[in-house]
This record gives sequence, structure tokens and C-alpha cells, in this order.
Amino acid sequence: MEDREIRNLETSLDQIWAVAQKFGLDPYPTRFEIVPATVMYEVGSYALPGRYSHWTFGKAYHRMKTMYDFALSKIYEVVINTNPAYGFLLETNSPVQNKMVIAHVLGHVDFFKNNIYFSKTNRRMVESVSTHAQRMMDYEFKYGRKTVENFLDAVLSIEEHIDPNFFIRREISAEEEKHRAEQRPKEGRYDDLWSLDGRNPSPTLPARGEEVKHHERLPQKDILYYLMKNSPTLAAWQRDVIAMVHEEAEYFIPQMQTKIMNEGWASFWHARIMRELDLSDNDHLEFADLHSGVVSPHKGKLNPYYLGYKVFEHIERRWDNPSQEEREKFGRPGNQGREKIFEVREIDSDVSFLRNYLTEELCEELDLFVYELVEEEEWTISEKRWERVRDQLVANMTNFGFPYLEVEDGDYHGNRELYLKHCYEGTELDLRYARKALEHVHTLWGRPVHLETIVDEEVTVLRYDGEEHQEE
Amino acid sequence: MTIQRNDWSLQRKGIIDQERHKERVREAIRKNLGSIVSQEAIILSDGKRTVRVPMRALDEYKFRFDYHKQKHVGQGDGKTRAGDVIARESQPGQGTGVGQAGQEAGDEYYEAEVNIDEIAALIFEDLHLPFLQEKAKKAVQSKKTQFNEIRRTGVIANLDKRRMIMENIRRNARAGQGAKFGDIKKDDLRFKTWEEVMRYESNAVVIAMIDVSGSMGEFKKYIARSFYFWMVRFLRTKYDNVDIVFISHHTEAREVTEEQFFTQGESGGTVVSSAYQLALDIIKLRYPPADWNIYPFHFSDGDNYYSDNDEAVRLAEELIDTCNLFGYGEIGEEGSSSYRRASGALLSIFNDRLKDKDHFSGVRIDDKEDVYPALKQFFGLRGIETPA
Repeated sequence: MEDREIRNLETSLDQIWAVAQKFGLDPYPTRFEIVPATVMYEVGSYALPGRYSHWTFGKAYHRMKTMYDFALSKIYEVVINTNPAYGFLLETNSPVQNKMVIAHVLGHVDFFKNNIYFSKTNRRMVESVSTHAQRMMDYEFKYGRKTVENFLDAVLSIEEHIDPNFFIRREISAEEEKHRAEQRPKEGRYDDLWSLDGRNPSPTLPARGEEVKHHERLPQKDILYYLMKNSPTLAAWQRDVIAMVHEEAEYFIPQMQTKIMNEGWASFWHARIMRELDLSDNDHLEFADLHSGVVSPHKGKLNPYYLGYKVFEHIERRWDNPSQEEREKFGRPGNQGREKIFEVREIDSDVSFLRNYLTEELCEELDLFVYELVEEEEWTISEKRWERVRDQLVANMTNFGFPYLEVEDGDYHGNRELYLKHCYEGTELDLRYARKALEHVHTLWGRPVHLETIVDEEVTVLRYDGEEHQEE
Repeated sequence: MTIQRNDWSLQRKGIIDQERHKERVREAIRKNLGSIVSQEAIILSDGKRTVRVPMRALDEYKFRFDYHKQKHVGQGDGKTRAGDVIARESQPGQGTGVGQAGQEAGDEYYEAEVNIDEIAALIFEDLHLPFLQEKAKKAVQSKKTQFNEIRRTGVIANLDKRRMIMENIRRNARAGQGAKFGDIKKDDLRFKTWEEVMRYESNAVVIAMIDVSGSMGEFKKYIARSFYFWMVRFLRTKYDNVDIVFISHHTEAREVTEEQFFTQGESGGTVVSSAYQLALDIIKLRYPPADWNIYPFHFSDGDNYYSDNDEAVRLAEELIDTCNLFGYGEIGEEGSSSYRRASGALLSIFNDRLKDKDHFSGVRIDDKEDVYPALKQFFGLRGIETPA
């Protein structure tokens, strides 16, 4: 790209920024980088630049790069949730593509800044992951690349099994710590002598039950954290690796929780911002083409961009022109569409977004349906009733699409065995995968591990003791 | 709000980790040699150095739902109704080679590029000719060129620069000019020269026999072919000077060329003894056991004429007594297991009547994946384990 083009793009950026602000968007300052495809795909496959090395990233990179090389798919933009935020533009983008991408990115950044689920994300994550990468490299140097890589295999197998509200616990625990510190008497050098003759029966010890630390409370949704704190087998560096993976998973979880909204919001705004720009007829045509490429239904599957986009438009319309019923029942005066969608972008996640705003009208318009495999050979539409469709969609988004697992016991059989429980909600686990993942958990726990789940409507416990699998 | 353009040319992380992934793939290949060995892509590679074989992508195991038991939400074109079939699960059994491609929707396959030489090196790592003996008459196995001398004259291309510099410095020092480099004279030049070294090794001949009777269907021929593909390759890689004699037979046996051996199709009944007799004749004529290590291998489906069985066993015994190792491979119907075999099949007769012969090895192959174990059994370390 020539300097002149960059200057032109900077001018457009100023315009787009002004339009976005006029609309009420409130993004962080954003730095755009123009990069070659290799870098684009690299950032895309690592989700953040500068992360630690692992073959799974290499695999993702290879796949994305191949898709690009064969012109099967192309990423136009990558955006990073930091402050200031980063947007990456592909150097082969046309000027119109760049404008649209910039508008789209600003939509994302506004969402990152204002959606409640992101309120606790680390906005200096790029720096954090690069220190992680450094530490990981030091461990590789010290303990061997293979050792670290194989250990990461195990940790990554359960990286999603953390508590999305971990930050709450972190805050409480700091508070409690403070509280405890206040209650503790100032320790003198010889205070421990008191306990010898029972003259000081530890009046400050908290009552039983209270003393259970957070990481020991059961059941425990945050498996990664539980293992990090309680595993009988891990070395200090291994606990540190888990801590790093945990921190990165915490950072990514809000993005998994708001995928549909986030893309819907960005698409909603790039469309409106582009309309305000003074585009030539040709540019306008190119934009229309691009836009319809982004927000078009994919046959059979769900396109999150399209779904989110449609729901936001629908909300705006409903709050602008409420029905008679809505006016009377809910007291909606109308003309509140903009206000409403800004509220939604602030307080909802995909689950509540769809549960609250996916209406009968929308389900019909989008022709949504539930499908399942019948007799192991035909994928068949089994449900068209809109409530069922909505509920199924919400169910599939719950726990960001992963089975909900908890640690039930860390001392099962009184033998330091780990007992995990799958909170069954109607869908069975992939057992082949579950057994392999259980092997990974065994690596982290070092003692026999169990997983309770439901298979063919029967309670089944998978067990792995380091050598063989059992089923009860 | 800024737009920047930086120099990213040093950015290599993705490429480095892609290398790590490739390394994992190579490990996986090593673990899956059994299924890769009999891939059509390799056997029919026709001299290509690299081939693409389908491999299950390296899984990242997680706790996940069973895709096939999960209900999904999809979007239609506005006219869908309950009961519509929107897709069909691909039928198992269509995939060949590695498992059944597409059977599990959640499985990712991708084409791994493998270098045949690399695979061969992995496969041949622990194969060798069993019971190899020193024989009276030695054949020149190879002429090797070894650079093992330094001279003052020679071809300029073989100039040994390091030695030349050393000589030059030494000469300068001797001349009292200090130990430094410069002013090269003809005296300083040193050249590497070579010697031709002969290596001798015992003679070995492999007699490859194949049943081409009517009952040997496509699959069976393919199995025999993939076995011999690797065998020939193995012998040529590891031993510079191994003779291979190709014999094909139905009711009669004849010696054929390598090409005919691998491509011809015939029909008719099976008289196994004909091949053994021909092998013995060829041995008598061209490969006296005093001078040669002899390895006959035979692949058949075991459907021999009943009346020929005694003769076959007798000749097999004779082969075993003359040769270092007699290998017999019996190929079953695709996917069938051994219990379905009639007891009249040759392998069970051999196993019964030749069971105290150390120098006999019989294997059964029902599946493509059995080819690699068969190779390992025939060319594995011998003397320790006796074949079942």
C-alpha cells in the first residue's frame, strides 16, 4: 500500500470515527495495523499476538493459511480487546473493504468497552500473554520442549472448564484475606509458646466451615483452578502453566459468551456507518456486495453475524414501533429503539439475548428449525415450533457450548482420587473423547480420576487410573 | 486513532508452530505405520517421491457433546417443514485405508504429505534378513569411495582449504615472517584424495512367489502386491546386492519379470507345489546353497488343490532345509477373520506339520493393516521368537 493510500485511509478513519460518535458508539481508541496475509492468519489463529508456542496454534495457522491460499475463505479483519484496541487490516484489502472493516472493528471495540461481560477483562492482555510466552519459553528451556508441550496438551484439554465469574471470587477472597488479617493477633516472636500449654486456645480461628478455602469448596465448577491448587502431583512450574492458561481462558470466555451479539452489533453498525459515508456508486455497489456476503444466511447452518444482526434490527424496530399490546401492557411509548439496543449491548450475553429477543416473528422470518440424526443416517428437522427452537438454541449456547462439569470430590474413596461429574442436561458426551480427555486429567491429578455422566439414560462412571479405562 | 504499517518480515511464530505441528504429524505417522504401509497412494505411487495420504487430524481431546446425539439449530430457505431430511450421514465403509473416513462427522481428516523415503526409513528401521550366514563365495557388494588421504597434488576441486591455510601459516612462521596467513605458494596446497574400497558381503537371493489363480481377487492381489512392494524396496535399500527371482503360479509356475509379477492377472486353479518345485529347480541351477543365502516367500489365499497338499508340504520342507527362511503369507477375504477359514487352507496345514521348523514363518493377512506386522514377522529379529 502506498503512502498516499494510507493517508486516504486515515482521512476515512477520521470520518468513520466521527460518524460512529455521532451514533453514540463509544469505543476505546483503536490502532489499525496494515499487515500481510501471513501475519493476519497468525494473529487469527492465536487470537492474540505474541502468545506462547504450541502445536495446536500451528495447526490452526496451517489450516487458515491453506484456506486462504486456495481462496476458500479469507479473513478481512481481526480485532483485539485491549485499551487501546488493535484492528488488523489485510494489506490486499480494497479501500472500500478497509472502510467497512474499520467501521466493523469500531463496533466490536464499542462492544468490548461497554458490554458488562467484558468489564473485568484484562485490557493489557497483549503484554500479559507476552510475559506468559516468555515464562513458557523459560520452562521449555529448563525442562525440555516436549515436557512442556505434553503438559500443555493436558492443560488445554480442560481450558474451558473454568468459572466465568472467577473475578467475583478473586475479589471476595482478597476481602476475606484482609478481614482475616485484621482478626489475627499481631504475632510476637514467642507467641507460639502459648499454644504449648493451651493457654491460648486460638480464639481467632474461624468457626468450622468458614475455614474451607475457595479452592477447596465443592462442588467446584472451575476444574482448572481446582487442579492447580489441589493436585497432589504437580511441580511449581506446572501450576504456573495452569495459572497462565487459566488467565488466558478467563480473557477469552466473554468473547465466547457473546459471539452472536458481538458480531451482530459490529455488522449492525458497519452497515449504518457506511451509509453515512459519501461513497461513489461503484464503491457503494462493492460495499453492498461485501455486506451481503457477511450477513447472509448459510444454508443449513447458522451464521452468527446474520442472526445477531437480524435480532438487533428487530429489537430496534419493536421498540421504535411497539404494537398496541406492547404499548398497553409494557408501557412502551415508541421511538426508543436506539436507546433499547444500547441497553441490550450493555447487559446481555448470547444466552439472554436470544432468550429475551428471539421472537416468533424472527424465527419464522429466518426459518429456524431444530434438526437431529434419525436412525443414524438422516439429519432430519424435528422441530419448528418457535419456543422449542429458541430454547434449543439457548441450551446449545449454555456454558458456551461445552458440557458442564464439576469437581465433586478430590478425595474420593478416601484415596485422593478425583471425582468429576457431568451435569447431564439431555445430551450425552462423546465417550471416545471423554476417555482421552480423562487421560489428560489424570496427567494433571496423578491419581485415579472418575467422571460421572449419563449413557443411555443410566448413570455411568468412567474411570482411568493411568493404565486402563473402566466403566461402571 | 491511527493507521500503521510496520515491517512484519521477522514475524515467524506461526511458521515455527506449524513446524511443531508437522513434527506431531510425523510422530502420528510413526505410530500409524500399520495403516499407512498399505495405502494405495504409496503402493501405486509409481516412482513419486511424496504422496498424500489421508490421516485423521491430530485430535485435541476435550470433554464435548456427542455430535450425533445432540440437537442442533439450523436455518432454511423459508420453506422447511418438520420431517424434512436436510442431510444424510455419509455411509461407513466408503473410506478405505485409515478407518472409515466421514463416519464420524466430528472427525477431521486431512491429507498428510509423506515422503516415501522417510516412511521407508521408519519401516525398515528394525527389519533385516534373518538367519543371514557367511557363505563361501562372496559377491562384491559395493564399491565405495572414501576420502582418506592428503597429497600435494590433485584436482583443484578437492583442495583442502583448511590444511592449506595451516601449511601456509606454518611456512610463514618458519620463514621468520610471523605466524600469519598470506602469500600462498604452490607448496602450501594440499589436496584430499580418495581410495576405492570394496565391501564384500554374503550373497542373498529372495524368491518371491505369488498365487495368481482365479480365486485371488483384487483385494488379495493388492495385499500381496503391497507386501512385495515394501519387501523389494527394503531389500534394495538395505542390501546393494540381493537377487530377486519372481515366480507366479496357478496350476503351473513360471518365472516372470518384476513388471509381470506385479501387474499380471490370470485365472485357473491352484497347485502350490508347482511353484515350490520351480523354486527348488532355480536354486539348484543358479543359487547353490553353499554360496547363497536363500529366502523364498510365497503369498496365496490357501485354496490349494486338496490332492496337492501333501506334495506342497513335502516341497516346503525341502525348501526350509535348503533355505535360510521360508515365509508363507495367507491372505483372507477382506475383513474376514481367521475362524471362518476352512481347516483345509494351506496355512493351517503348514502350521500343523511344520510347527517344529524354526526356519518357517507363516502369517495370515485379513486386512490391509496386517501387512506391516507381516513384514515385521518375516524380516524381524529371528531366533528369539518362533512364529505362531
